[in-house]
Parts: sequence; structure tokens; C-alpha cells
Amino acid sequence: MTPAGSLLEARALRKAYGPTPALDGADFSIHPGEVVAVMGPSGSGKSTLLHCLAGIIRPDSGTVRYGPHTLTDLSDTHRSALRRTDFGFVFQFGQLVPELTCLENVALPLRLNGTRRKAAEHRARDWLERLEVDDVAAKRPGEISGGQGQRVAVARALAPQPRVVFADEPTGALDSLNGERVMGLLSDAARATGAAVVLVTHEPRVAAYADREVVVRDGVAREMAGAA
Amino acid sequence: MSIGHTLLGLLESGPRHGYDLKRAFDEHFGQDRPLHYGQVYSTMSRLLKNGLVEVDGVEAGAGPERKRYAITDAGVTDVAQWLARPEKPEPYLQSTLYTKVVLALMTGRDAAELLDGQRTEHLRLMRGLTERKRSGDLADQLICDHALFHLEADLRWLELTAARLDKLAAAVRG
Amino acid sequence: MSGRTRPRPAAAGGPRAWARDLAMGMRFAAGGGREGWTRTLLTALGVGLGVTLLLAAASLPTLLENRTVRREAVAPAETERPVPPSPRTLVQAPLETAFRSEPVRGQLLRPDGARPPLPPGVTALPGPDQMVLSPALRKLLHSPEGALLRPRLPFKDVGTIGPAGLVGPGDLAYYAGSATLTPENGGHRIRAFGVTRAPEPLDAKLLAVLIVGCVVLLMPVALFIATAVRFGGERRDRRLAALRLIGADARMTRRTAAGEALFGALCGLLVGTVLFLVGRQFADRITFWDIIAFPSDVTPVPWLAALVAAAVPLAAVAVTLLALRRVGIEPLGVVRSGGGRRRRLWWRLPFPAAGIALLLLNGGIEGSRSTAGPFLIGGGAALFLLGVALLLPWAVDATVSRLSGGPVPWQLAVRRLQLSGGTAARAVSGITVAVAGAIALQLLFSAIQSDYLKVTGQDSSRAQLQSTLPSHDIGTIRKTISAFRETEGVRGVIATIEASASRPGPLRKGETFAPSTQVTVGDCATLRELARTGPCKDGDVFVVKDAGGQVEGSYIDETARPGATVDFAFHDGPDGAGKRPRLWTVPRSARTVESRKDPMGQDSFGLFATPGALDPALLEEPMARAMIQLAPGVLDAVEHARNTAAGISPLMSVRALRDTVRDGQYTSVRTGLGVAAGATLALIAASMLVTMVEQLRERRRLLSVLVAFGTRRATLAWSVLWQTAVPVVLGLALALSGGLALGLALLRMAGTAGLDWSVVWPLPAAGAALIAVVTLLSLPPLWRMMRPEGLRTE
Repeated sequence: MTPAGSLLEARALRKAYGPTPALDGADFSIHPGEVVAVMGPSGSGKSTLLHCLAGIIRPDSGTVRYGPHTLTDLSDTHRSALRRTDFGFVFQFGQLVPELTCLENVALPLRLNGTRRKAAEHRARDWLERLEVDDVAAKRPGEISGGQGQRVAVARALAPQPRVVFADEPTGALDSLNGERVMGLLSDAARATGAAVVLVTHEPRVAAYADREVVVRDGVAREMAGAA
Repeated sequence: MSIGHTLLGLLESGPRHGYDLKRAFDEHFGQDRPLHYGQVYSTMSRLLKNGLVEVDGVEAGAGPERKRYAITDAGVTDVAQWLARPEKPEPYLQSTLYTKVVLALMTGRDAAELLDGQRTEHLRLMRGLTERKRSGDLADQLICDHALFHLEADLRWLELTAARLDKLAAAVRG
Repeated sequence: MSGRTRPRPAAAGGPRAWARDLAMGMRFAAGGGREGWTRTLLTALGVGLGVTLLLAAASLPTLLENRTVRREAVAPAETERPVPPSPRTLVQAPLETAFRSEPVRGQLLRPDGARPPLPPGVTALPGPDQMVLSPALRKLLHSPEGALLRPRLPFKDVGTIGPAGLVGPGDLAYYAGSATLTPENGGHRIRAFGVTRAPEPLDAKLLAVLIVGCVVLLMPVALFIATAVRFGGERRDRRLAALRLIGADARMTRRTAAGEALFGALCGLLVGTVLFLVGRQFADRITFWDIIAFPSDVTPVPWLAALVAAAVPLAAVAVTLLALRRVGIEPLGVVRSGGGRRRRLWWRLPFPAAGIALLLLNGGIEGSRSTAGPFLIGGGAALFLLGVALLLPWAVDATVSRLSGGPVPWQLAVRRLQLSGGTAARAVSGITVAVAGAIALQLLFSAIQSDYLKVTGQDSSRAQLQSTLPSHDIGTIRKTISAFRETEGVRGVIATIEASASRPGPLRKGETFAPSTQVTVGDCATLRELARTGPCKDGDVFVVKDAGGQVEGSYIDETARPGATVDFAFHDGPDGAGKRPRLWTVPRSARTVESRKDPMGQDSFGLFATPGALDPALLEEPMARAMIQLAPGVLDAVEHARNTAAGISPLMSVRALRDTVRDGQYTSVRTGLGVAAGATLALIAASMLVTMVEQLRERRRLLSVLVAFGTRRATLAWSVLWQTAVPVVLGLALALSGGLALGLALLRMAGTAGLDWSVVWPLPAAGAALIAVVTLLSLPPLWRMMRPEGLRTE
């Protein structure tokens, strides 16, 4: 049943790469302002679930609803537009454009939405400050540490004020201390802006930052008891 | 945890009243379980008897009389020895959880459900600790992290066991 | 595997260390798993393409030489004296015609006896009304469009001319047999086929063009090979860092890298040789600027082939060592010093300057006694172009670092270029050098082309074809002219019947022969083309003065005067004295007018008469000329006219009027350069495409992340375009200035001024078109790499 007031909701998602099913009838839902951890052993289909939820890939069957939209029925162009305006993304690594400065990286999604350069960079600077990395604004991603880079990536995901942030192992490449900082800043900032966060992780301590957890096993997502 | 050694250590920085000792203990170490006054005084009497502390003076006032305790040289030596002695790592070789899982398997009950339930409970506790850690100071953070890492270890074990339930069942029943 | 037990200091750089490290690199390249093989394959393909082109270039001398040898072998032997008939002689007459723009070469043959000489490639002479012909001509005759040619070759096909008798597979040639041909009716008796002509020494200016041309065309190929050797280099460098970690020193890793490149180059050499050998089997099916070659003619000159085989692997090693100079391979990763250090201008500038200096050192190449030193001119041009290639990375750096702002695609492109301008510059250096060289070459070419262009004086707007009738029979002449008039597509015929007239009577004092003049009979329309007749009607006669000024009016007056009597009989011959005079009186009404150049550019003068005034039957040995005006827009009118002519006599030729003719040497040099330029441009496009696709492949994950963000395809496509376009525009600007500088230096040497801008612009335009093509072709891989699959962790 549809949990009342859910922001993003998936039903019976199936997706196969070749003969192996990555998702085999997965359900999922998230409310505005909620942080949900998606856990599960590697290869269980966590990332595929995230990609389907974000409209990056289209599942073989099943539906993803976001507000009034049915993502699975939208064209690639529409889904792209939605990702620009309503969604934010943090990945494990390799996500910052290496030739742009950190400031420009954070401003990039804003500019893709049509914000003017000055305004975009102004807002980007605010977000770098909120994530305590404004000192690396003029540096290129190759010149900063992994923890700083990940915080820049979080700033970039949050700067356009998305309604849903998708984070795929955002602390996977960091040590615990940096991982904790990034998670703390991410969940604080998400709560402050009211964004929902879909957090894919295999680390329980990272998952503990979420309001509840969903475990994906063999392509099926299971809501853990006690979340209701 | 040795309350006696902790109180001795607190006295090393200077003589204190029993009440001050309790406050200092609670502030630094008592987040989870504050000391009773009774605990303080029973511990102090034992330390006095062993000559590790001495009464530094008695203050008369409006309330009950207040003794000021000071650490003796023997006490300082004792603290030094305690701090230098490594704690024995807890091996948890026979945990309740393991017992429960094996019993569940032996009696044909659903061990996976048991593990999932435990997992949920662990994560619920971890969420609470994380919440507390984020609003607390550095001491809070360190204490919570200690617990979180332990819980995480348990959780990892739960996951691993869940992945190996079939093998375990075969071993237990066979 | 060699079991090395003793740890040795890795310092020695002797030949053994070189061999060991190069061998190790080659093993890495050969056994580097799928990724290693992909890289080796890319390099091998790139180098292979370059090698194919170099081998083809090395074959050009053989090809041209063989074609010349065979062309000379089929020509009838030249004799100084008439050859008496014998069983070993034959009578020959050329049957030259053309089909559309292709020349058709024929010979009419009649043996004098049982053992006539045979032309090369022919095993037996065709009998009367039979022919042997080339395969290409047979194919043409059997094709639908060949129907237009068939009436001209009314012979029975009895055999094929072998390759020995053909210049190339596309040669349209035939030999036809005749029963009646004699030296008297247009034939020529010979004992053998084949002439040897001393090769003409190439004119200094043309030699200079040729040398510069070779440099201009081969430099980009060399640059391409240098680029191909570095395919996948960045990833390889990272892998080499692992070698450092296990104890290799910097020099060892560099040599190992060189070994990997060497392996790729050797594979490339192999691929190139195979491609070349396979490709030349198709030489007879591919037309390259009018040249179709026999596969056996496409054989490299041995020492040039050896040079290619030696230079390519050496270059691979040298280029890798040079490229790694700016790259520090440290145990924990690769450090590119390019980012921090600014490129300097000071050591780059001397190269083009030295190039120009070498050129000027050669001195002028005008005049017949000047020389063109291959080393000075070739070396100068090569140095200059190398300088241009060296200036490019500096120019890209200097310009790009000043760019900023702009929309997202522009920002992405500019920032990328700021970080790795060197890669971008490397990608466009080929086109920069090619365009700069081509501009210089075109400038020189267009400036000297007037030297090799002869104005014939013919006016192809007044008439398009010209034919001289071999018959002196007035009946045949009349029939021929009317046949031309009735031919499809013919608008008008300017037909004249010409003979001479002399003053009758004995010689006067001081005369050695009777004064004579030309007589021309034609209708009013014809005469109007030859003289300023004014009003004209049939029955009129004109006395025409030579406006060209070659013959004085007074001399013409001695014969052609109104009222004078003239004799058309020809008395100068051996039987002239006893001939009966053919007298005619010029009417008193004859008007004196000025001559006018006919469409052939010639002046006629003397007596002009309309048929109503003078019956051409009165003339002795009249000769007829026809200039044919074609109706514009009638397809193949020329072919119809040629058929008409052939129907009257196979020996009658029909030639097209040309306003200008080019010198043969000039034409062949231009053809050769054209062939090579096309191949070079294609190669550059291929190189840029590979570089671009490789760049995209390295950024696959980032592209996927950008797509996850919701980045529009158009945004990334534009950024790819800008990323290509910015260095290319810079490269073209540099090419333009460099090309102009080199071109002006060459012009100065040729002693020609006059900068022809119209030949300059097409080259940057061609370069720009190339970019568009490359960008378009790199879009499909871009779309493919933008798929979200790239996000999945490997």
C-alpha cells in the first residue's frame, strides 16, 4: 500500500543486466525530509535501485512515482530535466569535473538549470561555507583531499536545493573520521532544507545517520521492522 | 570499570570533598550511570582502610560535616600501576546471540527472523547513539563512537551469520 | 624468462640495459591483457595507416617511371628518312579521338609483309576492319554510354591488348587493321614501335614545388605517426608508476615505455605493409585524380621502403622518450609538469626563422640556370613547418589561459584545455602543419601557374570544335560540311574552303616567284567570322587586308586587286610548268576590308569570295576547315560531331578549342600533389577522431556522472565541439600566418609577387570542414559513453 504522503515511491521494480536480475520486484518509498538507508550485501542491487529511483535508468518493469510524475513513463529528456531541478547526487568517487575549480563544480548544476554564472557561484560559495570547505573554492579537485572533495560533492548536490538527494556510498572512499563528518554535514544540511535522502551504504555506522533502513537482498528491498 | 581507581585518579589533581568527587566523576565518566553518594563513601572507606587516601580535613557547616580526602603516595603508585596495566580484551567467545541462533536452528525455529530482529534493534540503538553524538560534546562523541563501533561489529557479525545460516544449520543438525 | 639472481644496480645505460628494458616494454605491450591489446591495436592501426601512405608515396616514382616507359614503348619509332617497304615494315596512322574528357588512343595499321613489327601487348596484328583493344575500352564500348563511341570504331573485336601495351588499366586504346593505308593517303611507314626520349630535366621552380610538396604532405603523416605512438599513453604512464614501485629507476621506466611504443610501431609496420599489399590489389579499381594504376606498378622504391621500415620504429622510441621528458613517473603516480610550468617561446621561434633562412640561402629559382637544392629547400620548408608545429602548444597555452566565462559548455571546454592544452595541441598539429604547408604551396603554385599556362589565342566562346578535312575533293568537302551541319547538337559550322591564287603571267624584274595570296570561299556567315565584311550577300567578293600585320597590304595588292585576274593553278611543283592555268577575274565591285581573328585565333587575308561569286571547283587542291559551334546544353554534342567526322574518314580528327593549355610537366606535378593531399587530409581526420574518442573513453565515468546530474546531451556535445574548435581555430590562424610567411618566402625566391588570396581561403575552409566532420563522427561514441552503465562500479 502506498504510505500516505510519500514523495518518491517505487513498486515492483525489475531490472536485469543480461541474464542476471539486479532487481526482482523491489518496492520503496520515502517521505519528504526523511533519510532512508539502503543496505545489503554487494551485488544485491542497491545501486541499481538508486539508479531506477533517480530515473537514471529505466527498469524493465514496475513504476517509480515522484509527486505527480510517473518517472518510468517519462522520456529521457524529461527525466534529465527532473534530475537537474529536483534531484541531487553524491557518488563514491570520480564525480567532480577535474578541470573545473571546486567553486565551479558546485555551481555547475545551478548553471545547468539556467542560473546565471555570478548568482550560481555566489550560492555555491555559501554552500562551500556551510560544508566548511570554502578555503578550497579556487582549487581543482586534484589538489584537495578525499574528505574535502566529498564535502564539495555534497555541497554540489545540495546547492540547487533538491527535493531528493541520492547518495551512493558517499563515504566509501573515506576514513571513518572524514566519513562521519561528511555524513553529519549531509544529514544536517538535508534536514535544514527539508530534502529527502536516499543513502546507499554498506556501513552500519553510516546507515545509523538515517531515520530508517531498507535492506536489499537478491534484488528485493525489505523494510526493516520498527520503522513504522 | 574500577570506581576506586577512577576516584583515586580524580584525587591526584588535588584534595576534594566526597560531593565534588561524585560531581567530577559524573561529569567525565557518568553519562550512562551516575554514582550514588553511597558508592562514593563506601569506596572511600575502603581506600582509607588500605591507606591509599587520607582525610585532609573536616569542614563543619550548616549541613552534614564534610570530609576532604587527599591521595597518599601509595595511592599515586596504585593509580600509576592501574593505568599502565593493559585491560584484558573481551573475546566474547560465547555470546548470548550465538547461543540463541544455534538454539533456534536446533529447534527448527526461523533463525533469519531472529537475526533480522536483532539487526533492527542494533540499528535502532545505533541511530539513537548517533543522534546523541551529534548533539553532544567531544566526550559524548567519543563514548558514543566506542559503543557504535562495538555495535557495528555485532551488526557485521549478524550480516555474516545471516549469509551463512544454511551452512550453520547443516552443521548444527548434522 | 631469464633467471636473474644477482640484484644489479639499475644505473647502467649501456646497450644491454636498453635491450633489456625495450624487451620488457614489448612484453608488457604484448601481454598487457585486454586493455594493453586495445592500446597496441590502436597504435598499430594508426601507425599502419601512416606506413601505408608512406609506402604508397615511395611507390610513386616506380609508378610514374613504369607509365612513362610503357607510353614510350607503344609510340611508333621515329625515323629521319622515309622507310622503304619490306616484309618487316608496316604503315601506321594515328587515330586520335576522345570520349567525353577521356582520350582514346588508336592506331590504324597495315602490314607490308609477313613479319611486321608488333606493338607491345599485341600478339597478332588485326586484319582489315578488325581491331584489338584494351579491356577498359571494351568495357566502355559495351556500356550504355559507349553507344556514342561505337560508330567511331566500326571494327570487329578480335583480341585484347595486354598490360605491356597499356599505360594503366584505365587506358582506352586500340589497334585497327587497314587494307588501304599508304604513306600517300595519311599513313607513315615504320620498322618498329618504341621511342626513347631523354627525360627532360625538371624545371627549377617545379622541382621546388615538388620538394616543398613532399615535405608538406609527409610532415603531417610523420606527425600522425608520432601521435599514434602515444595513443593511450596517459593510462600507460600510470601503469608504469607501478614499475617504479617495485624498484625500476626513471630511465628504466622510460625505456620500458619506449619498448611498448616500439612494439606498437612494429605491429604498425606489419599492419601497414599488409594494408599496402592488400590495398594495391585494388589499385586498378580506384581512380585517384584520373590515375588508375596496375597493382604491379605500385611497388615502393627499395631504398625508400627500407627508410620507412627503419625510421618508423626509431621515431616511435624517440617520440616516447621526448614525450616522457615532461612527465615524471614516480612510484606513487604520474606527475605532469606541463600543468605548472609555462611553455616558453624563446626556443621555439628560431625553428621557423632558421627554416626561412635556409630557403633564402638557396637563392632565386627563377630563370633557366637556377637550381633548387633538395636539402636547402626541403630542409628549410621542413624546419619552418616543424617550427609551426612547435609554436602551436605555446599559442594554445597562451590563448587559452586568457579565456574564461561564458556558458557551461564553453567553460567546460576552456577549463579542460587549460589543464591539458598539450594534448589538444598535439591533436591539431597535423592539420596546422598540413594547412600551413598547403597554403604556402598553393601560393607558390598559383603564382607560377601563369608561367606554365599558354594562351592559345583560341576563343572557345565563338566556336567549340575544329576539324581539318583531309580530302581535297570538293564533293567530299561539301558533303562533310553539310554532314556537320545536320549533326545533333551543332548550332552552326564556320566552314571555309581554302586554296591559293597567284598573279598570272611571267615573272617581273627582281621576282624569284610569282606573288600569290590566299583564297577563301565561304558563305556570308562564315566570312563575317574571318573579316569585317560589313553588309554581305551571296555573290560578293572581298579583298582582305591582314589586320594582324604579318603581311603588308601592298604585297596582297599585287595579286588581289579588284578587277585583276588571278590564277588558281599551282605552278611551283615539279610538273607545274605545263599546267593549264585556272584563271579568274576579281570583280571590280570587290570591297577592301580588314581581317578579323577567327575562333582559332588566326588571321586570314587575301581574296574572300562567296560561293555565288566563285565556284570552288575552280580551285586546285582546295583544303577545307570547319569550326563547329555547338548548341549549349545539348549533352554529348561533341561526341556526335566526332562520330560524324569518323563516318567520313577515320583519319579526320576533331579537336576542342581551348583558350589555354597547360604545360605537361606542370599538370603532372599538380596531379601528384592533389592525389597526396586528399590522402593526407583523410589521415588527419582519422587521427583526430581516434584522439577524440580516446579522450572520451578516459572520461567515461565522469560523463555518466554528468548525465546522472541531468546534463543535456547538447551541453556535452557543444563542449566537445568547443574543445575541438578552439585549438583548431588557433591552429588554423597559426597555419594561415605561417603558410603566408612561408609562401611569401617561396614567392620571393620564384621572383614573383602577387598574393592570390583566392587560393588561400579554401584551405582553412577545408580544415574547418574537417573539424565539423570529426565532431559529428565523435558524437555517436559520446552518446554511447553517456549511458548510465558507466556509473556501475567496475
